[in-house]
Amino acid sequence: MSHDPAGSHDHPHPRQPDIEDGPLTHHMALTEAVAALLQKKGVITGEELRRTLEDIDSRSPADGARVVARAWVDPAYRERLLEDVNTAAAELGIDTGNIPIRAVESTDTVHQLVVCTLCSCYPRMLIGLPPDWYKARAYRSRAVREPRAVLREFGLTLPDHVEVRVHDSTADMRYLVLPRRPGGTQGWSEERLAAIVTRDCMVGTAVPVATGG
Amino acid sequence: MPDQPRFDPGSTVRVKSLTPPGHVRTPWFTRGKNGVVVQLLGTFGNPEDLAYGGNGEPRRPLYRVSFRQSALWPDYDGAETDTLVADIYEHWLEPEG
Repeated sequence: MSHDPAGSHDHPHPRQPDIEDGPLTHHMALTEAVAALLQKKGVITGEELRRTLEDIDSRSPADGARVVARAWVDPAYRERLLEDVNTAAAELGIDTGNIPIRAVESTDTVHQLVVCTLCSCYPRMLIGLPPDWYKARAYRSRAVREPRAVLREFGLTLPDHVEVRVHDSTADMRYLVLPRRPGGTQGWSEERLAAIVTRDCMVGTAVPVATGG
Repeated sequence: MPDQPRFDPGSTVRVKSLTPPGHVRTPWFTRGKNGVVVQLLGTFGNPEDLAYGGNGEPRRPLYRVSFRQSALWPDYDGAETDTLVADIYEHWLEPEG
């Protein structure tokens, strides 16, 4: 489809490079080669690979928000969530795979914040793919060094009597923040509660706010 | 069979001040620093071996270790109670005190 039906398109447009215009890095080449070999040798099919990618991409913060909202209304579920997120999520029909996820609970005296300084470990199977800033060097280096300044830039200023507890997911665990249920939400349904639990609330760069009529 | 985990919750530990080559999952800023074991997370394949095609054996106990921010960063300007928790494999920890 052309946006220039008259054919008089003689001026140059600034060019937005395509992804493939950059050089193929070592790891990109390796990924392509391994994926091709696995299919050629019959270990996986292209359809299985596609379905797996689609499954990963279909994860979203809404899944995590359902889990948080349930924990807010059901104290026994909250206990199970703090014990083992994967099992608790499965109760709600959410399959989070085999990487263990643990919940850390923010209270009126502790604010939890999650980072992965070494790469970009993130509970993807529960809240979807991480935002670009989570993977950026600025967040990864500053969240451990000056977390309060980082939180202020996210619009969250915490008083000194609240401990800021930063979790660096350096190894085999992924961390989910169980945020505090905000005041003014008494009697809300689980669905309504889940709607105020955003992605950032589950990373710890924001706190849920009672909004909506 | 992995040995019995060496540290109990509440133990004061020091992260070894090592700089081995290769893939290591102990953050640089925790090395040589004192912390307190919060929890044993279980035993996991050793990432320093898995990264190079090994089988990760022997598996290593993995702990959540809590550090005072003021112990990690001499010029830390947040609250004195602020902490950082990192997951550290047992072979990177030694008893302190």
